[in-house]
Amino acid sequence: METAKSLRVRVWRGGESGYWAEYAVAARDNQTVLDVVTEIQRRHEPSLAYRFACRVGVCGSCAMTVNGQPRWTCRTHVRKVVHDGQLTIEPLRNLPRIKDLVCDLEPFIDTWQRAGAIFQGRSDRNDPPQKVDPESISRKQADAALQCINCGVCYSACDVVYWNRRYLGPAALNRVWTLLNDERHSEHQGTFNKAFSRDGCSSCHSHGNCARFCPVELSPASSIAGLKKMAFRGYKARLAHE
Amino acid sequence: MLSPLRSHRSYLASLGHRVSGLALTLFLPFHFIMLASALGGSRSLDTALSLIDQPVFRIAEWGLVVLLALHLSFGLRVIGLEMSDSETPRKFGKWVISCAGFALLAGLLMLFQMT
Repeated sequence: METAKSLRVRVWRGGESGYWAEYAVAARDNQTVLDVVTEIQRRHEPSLAYRFACRVGVCGSCAMTVNGQPRWTCRTHVRKVVHDGQLTIEPLRNLPRIKDLVCDLEPFIDTWQRAGAIFQGRSDRNDPPQKVDPESISRKQADAALQCINCGVCYSACDVVYWNRRYLGPAALNRVWTLLNDERHSEHQGTFNKAFSRDGCSSCHSHGNCARFCPVELSPASSIAGLKKMAFRGYKARLAHE
Repeated sequence: MLSPLRSHRSYLASLGHRVSGLALTLFLPFHFIMLASALGGSRSLDTALSLIDQPVFRIAEWGLVVLLALHLSFGLRVIGLEMSDSETPRKFGKWVISCAGFALLAGLLMLFQMT
């Protein structure tokens, strides 16, 4: 029975088609959204599917949509997001739903391939390590965007992805930005061309959702702006200069 | 209620830019038709201009100025965001209020000029 000390939790059940199930879960002083989902699975609905691993904000696999906003559920305290005693939990937006709170990340991973966001070194194991100046501007720009753990929150938050599922999205383009600022990367031109393909960074509308909702406070929107600037200022001239 | 994904300042600025651009696209053909009436001589232009004195056209004229001011300032925001070396979307939140303020000021000046 629901009491004053309980939460009303609406949870998406099913795949692309499904229904909302409502559960009453005990409200506690220290409780994350992932705790709530786990309690539902352990005590109310054993068949509830959801995904998590580290539970401490390292792996990003517990990302879900909570009250309309994509979040890491393990790092989201209930008291910060609960609204009138109610939580609404569903899978990440912009990705196919497999079952309940689990979505298929393949389209998201695929964007990294299509964006050319794959490091190609200039040397092999027999060469000495390539020296990188940590104080160079390009290295600092790469470092500022490096901490992405591929959780998919920015991809889920992006409205351009919502409108055009072929759009490469903020995470892949952020990775491209780090590669184009990495002097060890040998495929600069190929990566640049893929990033500026038809569904590439020119499609960004600068909504800023990716920067606003990134759990590690990266700014993919700034990385995409950096790519646009790179094109504007003449990428070929830059290559020739290097 | 707007989704949290679509109710923050940067998103609203982008929405304002897009909606004002679409509204201008709808409005400008009529503006050009009005100007083109001058090609038929001063009489046809005068006839067209006489329509402007009607309240609905005066309001539309005011709306055009506000939309232009909004579109200009939100467009400058995008250029600043994409061309600046130090600004981020988070920092650009304050620009949104400035853009809306600029459009409001343009609208007020237009009202003073009309009265």
